Amino acid sequence: MDVRYINPFIESTIHVLKTMGSTDARVGKPYLKKDQVAKGDVSGIIGLAGDVKGSISVSFKEECILNIVSNMFGEKMTELNDEVKDAAGEISNMISGQARQKLELMGRNLKASIPIVIMGKNHTISHITKDKIIALPFMTDKGEFTIEVSFEE
Amino acid sequence: MDFNITILVVDDFESMRRIVKGTLKSIGLNNFIEAEDGVIALKKLEKEKVSLIISDWIMPNMDGLEFLKAVKGNEKYKHIPFIMVTAEGQKGNVLEAINAGVNNYIVKPFTPETLRAKIQKVLN
Repeated sequence: MDVRYINPFIESTIHVLKTMGSTDARVGKPYLKKDQVAKGDVSGIIGLAGDVKGSISVSFKEECILNIVSNMFGEKMTELNDEVKDAAGEISNMISGQARQKLELMGRNLKASIPIVIMGKNHTISHITKDKIIALPFMTDKGEFTIEVSFEE
Repeated sequence: MDFNITILVVDDFESMRRIVKGTLKSIGLNNFIEAEDGVIALKKLEKEKVSLIISDWIMPNMDGLEFLKAVKGNEKYKHIPFIMVTAEGQKGNVLEAINAGVNNYIVKPFTPETLRAKIQKVLN
């Protein structure tokens, strides 16, 4: 996988969460993920097709997504429910959209699927490709989330 | 600006409809109807007098572009201002929407100020 595809996802994530969720996210050190167990409690997964094929997932710890969605809605969210699940899907969608705009500038045109959202402790995430999965851990003042990106050319 | 108009908000994500409605309320627009996709939106247009459409692009059944084409291709509805609010910000997408007659285009993520400004622009 071309590691140049990673930066657009980092920048887009920071921008989306700042703009829609008033949340500052700081990226940690990327690593290769070897298993399918999600790092968070709510995950949005999007398939990508076009010049390259792949998938991305955004997996939030409970505290983190509750804080982001509370900021988005201007209303305190206290439990993982369908509203939070829906918002996690929309956040994933926006990150994917922003990143695809940046990838377009690098000469890569991609279309995205409608996000699938999975909720629950220790759920698994299956990426479309058999290629390497790069995990990007992020920290916020209210918990962590992880983005996984996998592309094959 | 007439604050009694009815606005059709179309998005398959309830959370995004909620955010858009919150912004509409903040500028004094309180009458809206909602739809989850283009098919449902067209049915609602038949029943209600709508003065502004705010629609997502990527939706199941009938997406925002097909819905836009259906609106702008219909004598009864083509005068209704149509704002596309979407994560699809790639050049080709924007051009396709412009060619189909979209009145304004907002790429997600957006601030409430951006949405407010675009709404006021198409309504004034």
